[in-house]
Amino acid sequence: MTHTGERADLDTPVLQVDGLHRWLGEGEARVHALKGVSFDVEHSNVYGIVGPSGCGKSTLLYLLGLLDRPDSGEIWINGNPLAQGSDEDRTRARSVFIGFVFQFHFLIPEFTALENVILPMGKLGKLSEDEMRDRAQGLLADVGLGEKSHRLSRHLSGGEQQRVAIARSLANDPAILLTDEPTGNLDQKNSDLVFDLLSRLAHERGQAILMVTHNDHLAKRCDRLLSLRDGSFV
Amino acid sequence: MMMSLFGIVFGVGFFIVAQAQTSGFESFFKRTILGVNGAIRVADRFQSTLSSVVAASDQESGVNFVVSAREGKQYVEGVDYPDALKEAISRFSEVTGVSEVLEGRVDVTSGFRSQPARLHGMRLNDHLAVSNISDQIIDGDINVYEADANSAMVGALLAKRLEVKAGDYILLASREGSRRYRIACIYETGIEDIDKQRIYIDLSEARSLLGKPFGGAFLQVNISDPEKAPIIAAHMERTFSHHTVSWQEREQVWLEVFRALKVSSAITVSTIILISGLGMFNTLAMMVMEKNREIAILRSMGYTRRDIAQIFIYQGVIILFLGTFFGWLLGVIATFSISRIPLHIRGVFSADHFIVEWHWSHYLSAALISTVVILLASIIPARRAARLEPGTIIRGTSL
Repeated sequence: MTHTGERADLDTPVLQVDGLHRWLGEGEARVHALKGVSFDVEHSNVYGIVGPSGCGKSTLLYLLGLLDRPDSGEIWINGNPLAQGSDEDRTRARSVFIGFVFQFHFLIPEFTALENVILPMGKLGKLSEDEMRDRAQGLLADVGLGEKSHRLSRHLSGGEQQRVAIARSLANDPAILLTDEPTGNLDQKNSDLVFDLLSRLAHERGQAILMVTHNDHLAKRCDRLLSLRDGSFV
Repeated sequence: MMMSLFGIVFGVGFFIVAQAQTSGFESFFKRTILGVNGAIRVADRFQSTLSSVVAASDQESGVNFVVSAREGKQYVEGVDYPDALKEAISRFSEVTGVSEVLEGRVDVTSGFRSQPARLHGMRLNDHLAVSNISDQIIDGDINVYEADANSAMVGALLAKRLEVKAGDYILLASREGSRRYRIACIYETGIEDIDKQRIYIDLSEARSLLGKPFGGAFLQVNISDPEKAPIIAAHMERTFSHHTVSWQEREQVWLEVFRALKVSSAITVSTIILISGLGMFNTLAMMVMEKNREIAILRSMGYTRRDIAQIFIYQGVIILFLGTFFGWLLGVIATFSISRIPLHIRGVFSADHFIVEWHWSHYLSAALISTVVILLASIIPARRAARLEPGTIIRGTSL
């Protein structure tokens, strides 16, 4: 698995997907959620994935984030095939290459904003404790929460919590940021704020951002738009 | 989780206290009986008089003609040549003392009443090496006994029944005659059966009084390591052809009672630890269910299944360390406090307060039991947490 700089070659796709199929449910309730999805993801782009509810957007995102396994097809991240890789390889790839922002922030409520952001760095183990603390403080400052880094995450507002979640997703400087309705629980002002932040990061740091969204306004602002219908891109 | 911690603390503490008490009483009992009757008793001589005899045999046909008899041993009362046997026994490196004792029944009469008693004739200097009689004197002076061949040592309960004290006179009567003795001192072993009927006088006096100028005696032997008594006793029996009994065999009933008490109290108190472990298991299992979102997000960040399991095992380990440490502390304080509680015990031994034994093995056993229980209680929820699939949880939350 390639880890060097983790985004060494900006000309090759950071993520390649080929013929992904995924069935969900059991028996009569079993549905073909993804029907041979294939596409490439380039660096420094914000991809919007849109489509009606139940079309397979989140399922696709979890497959790309290596949180789920496809029934068939392959996923390459930085050239490494990982769809059917070992649990250890996929876990390592999540730590190194992928950042997640979910609809719900999923912060650890007992931890401060700073501690939440340090968590992924602690697992990767590349930085010293002071370096992790400095980096986390810097990321929180980037999302406008430098002053609130020592507050318990449960004492932050919904918008602030989501921004902490974004800072956390960037902690290990991932090549790919997967976001599932990141503005779903935010008002328009905070939604724009979060999108601007993600867009800026993509263009400044060369990260690829895949954003599942129902928000037409934000979808139109994405660099590329992928429309999913009944488990296939249209 | 705090309740589980308290449970472990109390479980460990009570376990230590229970073991300290039962072991304390058991050790005290052992010290008492060793101090009274010694580690080994060499008594009747035996001879193999009856055995089956091969009358004729034919090796080619393999046929044997055997005159069969009921095989066994015949015992002759008392040891043969006690002085020679004493000398031979003393050569065992583990032997620290040998005392020849002649035992017989007498009637003892004081100014108030008459009472049957068991007479033990012995030589004081020999007997001091195989007993703690000098420490058991509660009235009078053992030096008086040593200086006066016509003096006696009387058990405390017997003295009480006879209403006598040191300096008084008693009359000892056997079938062979009677003699008057001055009570040099009164002793108390704490063992009721001894204190209410045993009288010590000089061996030669006892032989004269009981009409047994030779033989009939047994040897009371002390050894450096009383735990080795069964092996040494068996060795002596084979070597000297005398019936030999170790203190473990002699006191088997009481030792079994103490062992049963010890095991029973250990099991009873261990249930506290077990119940605390179940409580902890329940808490951790609930925590896995409540924290599955956090588990999923940690997995999405790259935390491995092992990392997730370790989070829950660490919680168990923290409870284990805190519970064991404070349990030990509680055990020390409670054991010390209990040892100060007044308690009048007479019967199998003599004690005026709770007897406890301070031994590292009680602390180690308590720690081992709590380690096993807590690790089991932690590992199962930890494995369950590690098996959770992050995609399934996050998908469920997003719907």
